[in-house]
Amino acid sequence: MSLSCPIPDAGNDIIELAHGGGGLLMHRLIDRIIRPAFATSNDDFTHDGAVFDVGGARLAFTTDSYVVRPLFFPGGDIGSLAVNGTVNDLAMCGARPLYLSVGFILEEGLPITLLHRVAASMRAAADAAGVRLVTGDTKVVERGKGDGLYINTAGVGALRSAVAPAPRLVRPGDAVLLSGDIGRHGIAVMAAREGFGFEGAIESDCAPLAATVMRLIDAGVELHCMRDPTRGGLATTLVEIARTAGVEIRIAEASIAVSEPVRGACELLGLDPLYVANEGRFVAFVPVDAAGQALAVLRDAPGGSEAAIIGRVTANNSRSVLLDGLIGGTRALDMLSGEQLPRIC
Amino acid sequence: MKYVDEFRDAALARRYAEAIARMTTRPWTLMEICGGQTHSIVRHGIDQLLPEGVTLLHGPGCPVCVTPAESIDAAVAIAGDPGVIFCSFGDMLRVPGHDGSLLAARARGADVRMVYSPLDALEIARETPDRQVVFFAIGFETTAPATAMTVVQAARDGVANFSLLVSHVLVPPAIEALLSAPDNRVQGFLAAGHVCTIMGYWQYEPIADRFGVPIVVTGFEPIDLLQGLYQCIRQLEDGRAEVENPYSRLVRREGNRTAQDLLRRVFVVQTQRWRGIGDIAESGFGLAPEFAHFDAGRRFGYATVAPERPSECLSGEVLRGLRKPVECPAFGTRCTPERPLGATMVSSEGACAAYYRYRRPVAVPA
Repeated sequence: MSLSCPIPDAGNDIIELAHGGGGLLMHRLIDRIIRPAFATSNDDFTHDGAVFDVGGARLAFTTDSYVVRPLFFPGGDIGSLAVNGTVNDLAMCGARPLYLSVGFILEEGLPITLLHRVAASMRAAADAAGVRLVTGDTKVVERGKGDGLYINTAGVGALRSAVAPAPRLVRPGDAVLLSGDIGRHGIAVMAAREGFGFEGAIESDCAPLAATVMRLIDAGVELHCMRDPTRGGLATTLVEIARTAGVEIRIAEASIAVSEPVRGACELLGLDPLYVANEGRFVAFVPVDAAGQALAVLRDAPGGSEAAIIGRVTANNSRSVLLDGLIGGTRALDMLSGEQLPRIC
Repeated sequence: MKYVDEFRDAALARRYAEAIARMTTRPWTLMEICGGQTHSIVRHGIDQLLPEGVTLLHGPGCPVCVTPAESIDAAVAIAGDPGVIFCSFGDMLRVPGHDGSLLAARARGADVRMVYSPLDALEIARETPDRQVVFFAIGFETTAPATAMTVVQAARDGVANFSLLVSHVLVPPAIEALLSAPDNRVQGFLAAGHVCTIMGYWQYEPIADRFGVPIVVTGFEPIDLLQGLYQCIRQLEDGRAEVENPYSRLVRREGNRTAQDLLRRVFVVQTQRWRGIGDIAESGFGLAPEFAHFDAGRRFGYATVAPERPSECLSGEVLRGLRKPVECPAFGTRCTPERPLGATMVSSEGACAAYYRYRRPVAVPA
């Protein structure tokens, strides 16, 4: 059986919600539309941000758009998310985030007080992350065409290491670290949106990661690759890295922390926490002899008490991710396929 | 997590696997009925723990997978009516009929909404009296009581803009159909614990007697499944064919009488089409005459009994346990979870999806 067989898209070639799910369909859009149209080098559009030289300075540059519903959820809101998400994408490039732009798309009828709350939340998040919001834009769309409020942010950061961490630097033998427990953001937002009755019990992990990354760099940890497992969750992120880096990644299910409320919600809804979004966690690939030091830094960071070494990169060139399960079996992980839909029973 | 962790104990799992290996003297072919069990078996690698010669076949117990394409066609057609809000469980949305899925209908502009309970759909109907709200009522005996409760409430409150497209299925007639087939290979069953929570297990006693097969009521966690397998193989080795219930923390012989009374009031048993399998007598629920005015098929004029159209999909053979998903030539190439040919590739409970997700890049042990 060929695993690389191109799958023909059967008819129906319009954008579906699943194209935004961070999984296979989104990657196909990038591979078939975005990269052919824009990329001028092999590295373009392969990572969370772009890295380049401007007048001798090494810079990282990234952008992200935020369409979360509801706008406010336990542990954060669309504003803090829009700042932290872009801060984190810069941090994953090994850069200190410096300046952010913000674009608001506002729906006719949106209460001004709500925009005020979101703007205040963005300012607080920016202050906490040590970045400045320096330029922006607002547009208004007709009622019914905008879901209240969308935000785009772009960010620039200064690279802190000579070589920007990237999937191609991942080597067999590398340790894989995870900076905390998973699944909080996706479940918190879903619970707030759907009103399951356990909303409030679970807060989003939405947080800036730049300070922790800077501490890793200051400690002299050789960072081969970092990525924050947002849409598509930890499994999708690891599969992306395994495929881009051309390596096999082997992780242990027992080492991946999932809080009790998140586990309970996932059991109830038939969701797999490995595929649920995070907004304040990252994975780091480091040489195995630096793993202990890196783990100590991660454990010291806010929310990092459950940071762990979850696996390693093995020599096998199978470009896959294997999970050693709780009771002894081993299974392969794949990217999220479409949206993760709750099971019927 | 209490009530979960103790049923995922690695050491206990090993002891069960060793005990099964010690007592197994011959090859046995067993079938787990429920898609939730299939998912758990493949996810936790339970089949990898069993001795060579013990074969697990994955039964037709994924409600999404067996919902006939014709019902989905009717759902897509009804959802396409601009006056309609169409409500469905999440994993039903992606299943293709002959003319695409409900998700594709939504992308074309239909108002298709995911709900977690039929009562949510009824609530939408109350809040939107100027539009017709239709709920796609699918599932086994587990989801049928919630559907029945919703119908009773809609009738009590006279919610005139609410209706249901009913495609509920029943387990015991499907087991009998599988066992009656001339090519049947199944020697023992793990019955679906959740279905038995509602219906009890007395219905299975005549089946075990008549066909001489052990039937063990089984839960969904790794230890539940290993215990079910252990008891089923123990019976086969002893030459017994009884109904046993190790899932007694949830299941009683008589089941949930209140739920059963509700089902009898709201539904009538009728012939039902199973996707990939065909028509099975007395294997489904239709609305009883008293509630027939809530039938969306009737209200919108869509019959769902058109003949089954041919397809490359082999899900029928997978659902009957005649083939493993990986034995289908389209598996993983022309048929994937994003572009499924059949429902077994769509639902997270479908056997093909479980194999695609957990087994694809790893060699499946022969």
